[in-house]
Amino acid sequence: MRDAFVRALMSEAERRPELMLITGDLGFGVLRPFWERFPEKFINAGIAEQSMAGVAAGLAMTGRKVIIYSIGNFPTLRCLEQIRNDCAYPEAEVKVVCVGGGFVYGPLGMSHHATEDMGILRTLPGITLFTPGDPAETEAVVPEMLRCHGTCYLRLGRGGEPLVHGAPLRDWHVPSALTLRTGRDTAILSAGGILTQTREAAEILAEKGVGAEVVSFPCLKPLDRGRILELARRFPRLYTVEEHTVIGGLGSAVCEVVAEEGLPCRVIRLGIPDVYAREVGTQQYLRGVFGFDAAGIAGRVEKEEREAGRR
Amino acid sequence: MEEYRDGKSYTQLIHESLGEEYPDTGDPRVLAWLIRRHGVEMTHISRGSHIGSILSVAEIIAVLYACELRTRPGDPAWPERDRLILSKGHAGAAVYAALAERGFFPVEELRQHYGNGSRLSGHVSHHGVPGIEVSTGSLGHGLSIGTGMAYGARLSGEAWRTYVVLGDGECDEGMVWEAALQARQWELASLTAIIDHNGMQSLDECERTLKLEPLHEKWASFGWHVQRVNGHDTEALKRALGSARAEKRLPSVIIADTVKGRGISFMENNILWHYRTPQGEEYEAACRELEANRP
Repeated sequence: MRDAFVRALMSEAERRPELMLITGDLGFGVLRPFWERFPEKFINAGIAEQSMAGVAAGLAMTGRKVIIYSIGNFPTLRCLEQIRNDCAYPEAEVKVVCVGGGFVYGPLGMSHHATEDMGILRTLPGITLFTPGDPAETEAVVPEMLRCHGTCYLRLGRGGEPLVHGAPLRDWHVPSALTLRTGRDTAILSAGGILTQTREAAEILAEKGVGAEVVSFPCLKPLDRGRILELARRFPRLYTVEEHTVIGGLGSAVCEVVAEEGLPCRVIRLGIPDVYAREVGTQQYLRGVFGFDAAGIAGRVEKEEREAGRR
Repeated sequence: MEEYRDGKSYTQLIHESLGEEYPDTGDPRVLAWLIRRHGVEMTHISRGSHIGSILSVAEIIAVLYACELRTRPGDPAWPERDRLILSKGHAGAAVYAALAERGFFPVEELRQHYGNGSRLSGHVSHHGVPGIEVSTGSLGHGLSIGTGMAYGARLSGEAWRTYVVLGDGECDEGMVWEAALQARQWELASLTAIIDHNGMQSLDECERTLKLEPLHEKWASFGWHVQRVNGHDTEALKRALGSARAEKRLPSVIIADTVKGRGISFMENNILWHYRTPQGEEYEAACRELEANRP
């Protein structure tokens, strides 16, 4: 996703003189093609995220679109108030980009687990929040983010994720959810890089005779309410999967929509329970610990569907 | 205009207490007096706080709006205007008063400060208020935003300047020093910070809280062009701003030594008046003192 992001950004930078990219001293390997091609559009703000966000707001007030880039919680939680007061409130053209959403930096420890960002950023008025699930979705959301007015947050995974979509996404627009496979029994809704696991889980379930629809939400705010309601009317149970606390992110957002509409649909949220991950391990290991790697997702869905069938 | 008191409108009342129906607000001493008088009146009506800071920053704001900033009150979004950010947003009444007296919006509106449905919030808000560039209130943010603005102006080849007014207590915030590093890195000579150095913060004296001194040396060691002046001497402030404009390489900081509560004897250097509002006898006494010391 990182490389898809930089590719898409460079293609936008060619035709957008107002674009600038500020990094908080991170992304050497990832951003290098950008700064070599557009040295005049590139700033390294040093290890000073609060100032980076404030400077971005000031630059945006002189007519520029400014990307601020860092990893984990550094471009979000570290400078949350600057994003709220200096960027979102004045509707400044600042696009916050995080690499490493979820457990990407798993072995580095809890400081580097970006596992509450979606919930926290979603509560800020005026922010458009992008959670692409694979490189194809990333390439689709970047130009859309630069068309969006005001402050945005883009949560990326890592480098080297496989393509989940078979072909580039043409004409994707906020807030469309994307169906990756259809299913007759239930639906699994996914936001962010956990999409690979969600789709693999659906394949495991298919072998066990459970037909699960897979729907990706590359945009968490605004939310594709229409799609959620349509799924909640078709299925008695919906599953949400996110590499994030179950509080505040996709699962919460889906619950809000379903409950507000008063639909008789149960929402089962898969993600990190209300704890910090103390375990040490790779992204895939930690996904397994919290039960949302492909096997974990498939096991949970199968169990819930079987128990519901018995009732 | 609507009656405010004694058959007079708000504007008439304030201007009569100065003894001038049409005050010369291009004179920074007159504008500073008006900022103080409005500050007392606005915090009196609204029971809003921060009169101590409004009084300490009065000459700084007055010199900026009367003598230094290139602005067009009738065209507040004029692209070539100089930008001012009040990073110590709690002294918002001082800037609102200066803007109104300089013609950005009607003086009469100042009586709505803090009011339900008004556009003049306690800490400055840019929403719908002509002449306010940036909303502040959480301390430490303004210098970074100003740094971004000044850098943006340079990238676009524009000549306007950026001014940021900070409090001394605000310099407790780490973000101020992040911005100090960045502005020096970019050698933003078009950026001037002015510190309202009244020596007090919310609960106590700055030096008894977190030692900021030697403040001059701190800024100098961050590579800034530093001046220290009497922040109530309008001529000294003008000279310092001129010297900042003449500096061609470094960002400038003016440490303006001020007195919290300046101009009203019982408020001077009294920490109580960070939050207290003038009511009853204290309000009357404050008005009398100001009227006895007209410019």
